[in-house]
Amino acid sequence: MSENEDRIYDVAIIGGGPAGLTSAIYGARSGLSSVIIESVSAGGQMAQTEHLENYPGYSESTSGFDLSETMLEQAQSFGAEIVYDEVLSIEDSDDAKTLKCAFGDVRARSIIVATGARPAKLGIDKELELTGSGVSYCATCDGNFFRDKDVVIVGGGDTAVADAIYLSRICRKVYMVVRRDVLRATAIYHDRVKELDNVEILWNSIVERISDEDGSLCGVDVRNRISDEIRFLDVSALFVAIGTVPNTEFLCDMVELDQRGYVVADESCCTSAPGIFVAGDARTKRLRQVTTAVGDGANCIESVSEYLIDSH
Amino acid sequence: MSEVVNSSDFKAKVLDADKPVLVDFFATWCGPCKRLGPIIDEISSEVEGKAYVYKVDIDQSPDIAAEFRVSSVPTIISFENGSIKKKTVGLQPKAALLELLR
Repeated sequence: MSENEDRIYDVAIIGGGPAGLTSAIYGARSGLSSVIIESVSAGGQMAQTEHLENYPGYSESTSGFDLSETMLEQAQSFGAEIVYDEVLSIEDSDDAKTLKCAFGDVRARSIIVATGARPAKLGIDKELELTGSGVSYCATCDGNFFRDKDVVIVGGGDTAVADAIYLSRICRKVYMVVRRDVLRATAIYHDRVKELDNVEILWNSIVERISDEDGSLCGVDVRNRISDEIRFLDVSALFVAIGTVPNTEFLCDMVELDQRGYVVADESCCTSAPGIFVAGDARTKRLRQVTTAVGDGANCIESVSEYLIDSH
Repeated sequence: MSEVVNSSDFKAKVLDADKPVLVDFFATWCGPCKRLGPIIDEISSEVEGKAYVYKVDIDQSPDIAAEFRVSSVPTIISFENGSIKKKTVGLQPKAALLELLR
């Protein structure tokens, strides 16, 4: 990146998921010099979604991976650049903001935080230690390792239910541990999961303890939150799908965050710090989907453009 | 590009290697693995001469996956002198992967 160090972009977009890629499309197309800084590869969580059933415009369900590639090509066709690096911190100076990265620095007049979110952890003993040895955050990745075995999935949202349906086709028995007495998932999923013979839902329950043997998970204790009764589930894997946490730690105190770490901003995508904008799952909002992320991506370029004009 | 190794050449290429080796255990149907693939290839060319980088398709070589107790993809393991040096699970940025070879 050394050849880029003297260059100052109009906008640097941190994160190449659907929000960041859409910002790049809108930014580059409106004549702003735009760079995406992506720590892994384009698409973010979207690239790991097997089927996007609810992305408008596709009559057949489309793969998130393919859509990611298409969005990146589209952004690049308008002149947006992509740098594969991890942003560690941001420094503000008179003429520009400097993004301190693992392999080099990038300078820009404005920044869009489109870093998205990652799966939340249960926060119980042995969870980290056994990740990859029975604890998993990706059912479609790891389900196959537990073919014909009994497994448990924690969560009651769309991801948890979709994962339970997926796992029911591979595993012998799927226990679903749901915190409340209802599913938070979209209605279309409710009947689909309830009619599966090998899925048992444990309502009002939480996973309290993980048991392991010889370095691998061999069961979990589930506590009923109403009766306090503990039930041991003899399972080979624990899948966790209890929502997400935002990737905003690197911002430290630069912008206002809410209690859960999301960057506080309305639809204008303006944060508490001038010149720093937020788009996608990292922003405070009601619904975190690819469709709402792309909306942010477009909206925030309006705010970026206004800021660049006003600050000149 | 990093080469995919299988049961017949794993010992010679990984365990008996004269330099450190990074191995990406992946599956063709795994989303995060697809995202990791290009980074593994990039590392492969960057560390050329200093280390080897290979991939193992866990469906083609379930015996190797079982031997190293891989039950999540992607799993990335670094080897030195025939034994495991470091192991990590899941999608990681490049710096974290390079750390496995240090």
